[in-house]
Amino acid sequence: MQIDRKTRFLTREEAIYFGLLAAVIFLILPLALDSFRLNLFGKYLTYAFVAIGLVLCWGAGGILSLGQGVFFGLGGYAMAMFLKLEASTPEATAIQSTPGIPDFMDWNQITALPWWWEPFNSLAFSLIAVVIVPVAFAFIIGVAMFRRRVGGVYFAIITQAIAAILTILIIGQQGFTGGVNGITDLRTLKGWDIRTDEAKEILYFVNAVLLFACLFAAQYVRRSKLGRLLIAMRDQEDRVRFSGYDVASFKIFVFCLGAAFAGIGGAMFTLQVGFMSPTLVGIVPSIEMVIFAAVGGRLSILGAVYGTLLVNWAKTTLSESFPELWLLGLGALFIAVVMFFPNGLAGLWSEQVMPRLRKLFAGRGAGARPPAAPFPANSASAPDSPAAKAAAE
Amino acid sequence: MFAGYSAGELTAIFAMQGFAGLILFSVFVLMALGLAIIFGQMGVINMAHGEFMILGAYVTYLVSHAFADYMPALFSFYFFVAMALAFLASGALGMLVEWGLIRHLYRRPLDTLLATWGLSLILQQIYRSVFGAREVGVTIPDWMMGSLPLTDMIEVPINGLFVMALALGISVAIYLLMFRSRWGQQVRAINQNRVMAGAVGINTERTDRLTFGIGCGIAGVAGSAFTMIGSTGPTSGQLYIVDTFLVVVFGGAGSILGTIASAFTISQAQSVLEFFLSGSMAKVITLLVVVGILMLRPQGLFALKLRK
Repeated sequence: MQIDRKTRFLTREEAIYFGLLAAVIFLILPLALDSFRLNLFGKYLTYAFVAIGLVLCWGAGGILSLGQGVFFGLGGYAMAMFLKLEASTPEATAIQSTPGIPDFMDWNQITALPWWWEPFNSLAFSLIAVVIVPVAFAFIIGVAMFRRRVGGVYFAIITQAIAAILTILIIGQQGFTGGVNGITDLRTLKGWDIRTDEAKEILYFVNAVLLFACLFAAQYVRRSKLGRLLIAMRDQEDRVRFSGYDVASFKIFVFCLGAAFAGIGGAMFTLQVGFMSPTLVGIVPSIEMVIFAAVGGRLSILGAVYGTLLVNWAKTTLSESFPELWLLGLGALFIAVVMFFPNGLAGLWSEQVMPRLRKLFAGRGAGARPPAAPFPANSASAPDSPAAKAAAE
Repeated sequence: MFAGYSAGELTAIFAMQGFAGLILFSVFVLMALGLAIIFGQMGVINMAHGEFMILGAYVTYLVSHAFADYMPALFSFYFFVAMALAFLASGALGMLVEWGLIRHLYRRPLDTLLATWGLSLILQQIYRSVFGAREVGVTIPDWMMGSLPLTDMIEVPINGLFVMALALGISVAIYLLMFRSRWGQQVRAINQNRVMAGAVGINTERTDRLTFGIGCGIAGVAGSAFTMIGSTGPTSGQLYIVDTFLVVVFGGAGSILGTIASAFTISQAQSVLEFFLSGSMAKVITLLVVVGILMLRPQGLFALKLRK
């Protein structure tokens, strides 16, 4: 029974939680919200892709990346480049001195499309690039860092530096990247106008389906031997290494997986919001994505989705009415989550709410209930266990 | 790249850019030294380090106004008072933060990183509410204005010289504190083996608090010096935090000398490249090279030989 529960893809309880999230995303939000708000929540859900990747890397694997915005951005830019080229037909850009190239290139006195923009004329290539470019980038970083056993804090700082470098590069190379404004004014996808309300609703559902695909992939990884090894590595990396496992390869794999999720999220962001800019790549968005995962619960993939929705909803609501309070609130949230709720919402649910509910039900008779399976998160220990220590070294 | 410049002009360019690099170097050293103590010696990631620096800058701004209003006769020397107050203010805030936040998180460095990031957001918002979102500058006393002509093509600004002297002075002071004082001995002992240091009677908690306070205090002095060169806004600190961490990591955490050497390398490279490329490309290339070297040599330039 015990072993069965740990290796089965979904326990009954997890299936219920997945079902609940599906109900929220596929039914409740679309029915309750108007088209504008639904698009807003669709935007939030694109960040959830990154948060799921962070749960795998950070919560399970102990690898804290502060550069997930890089992968989000690479995926988003790959999509945006395709859409921009489609929007820049010679007819639509006839007033430019060089028609047929994106407008920001024309403003920067560039007269021909750079060679590395050419392949993005093809939708198939762009869709592959959305995943492959972030993965390739993550692979290079991962090989360079994990093979040399760099981890923990150093890894966090270097990924943050990479986020800073990419932002400066994008802003500096205005003619090739659109600079600080990013790539804007995206119109159609293979002739299908993405700006209408109807298109946005369809994109919301596409996004939701992709999100669940990523959730299932993440759940599969967690339940596989790889997932168990990741947790073992986080808690006692040396013991795993001495047992004959190639620790670096597992880390590289999970880091690349997180990057792939982030890339998909970025592409969906571009499609739903209609632009991509360096403000989504840099240090600040990258670290905000970490707090989404932390609020939801760094050990729970479903918690990460709820955390993302909640923090972003709070951000939009608060910064609409009290712009000054938002930064204070966000700062306090960082501190409170770390100090008092290290396992986030999912931890609160499984440690506080569930035991009480269970007591309530147990009191009403059916005393012989077997102890229910813990929340998907709880296969691991609290962060002040050796886990965090090991992750730090 | 060098076409169109005569040999004499090239020398002058390199000398001037080298000197600009030296000023950048001094700023980096001032910022990184505090971090080298906090991160290198204590292993704490303080993402709010930039905000402690900005606190020092705002203290300087307040002191300069106080002097201008109440003691105009002594205005030329306000800067020394401001520096001392900046040290005390940032140091006191640092000790408070250590007591309230950091000491609960010593075993969870990644969580410290997130918590101090939260702290930095809160401090930024407080600065914005108190001092306004616009950048503020201070009036530099007359004797610091102007520049010294060395040859007819090369001249050096005096405020730059002052910042350099300050960086030198603080480096020496830190060296003496770390390697010649009882406190420094205790810090190094705790860094090597916390449990044993406690066992031989070192009050590790008090030393930690003092160390964190001194590190933050130095950040305050750095911020104070920073007002001599540029203006200060609520988010100025965040601009430098990545650079500063890279300087410390590149130098090899735990090595003060390494920090200074890496600050020198990074600032010189950036400043000389800046003349030939755009500012952003100079920074990108410098940072890329640093990250590249760190990937090949993760322990940094000067690695402390310690058994982990």
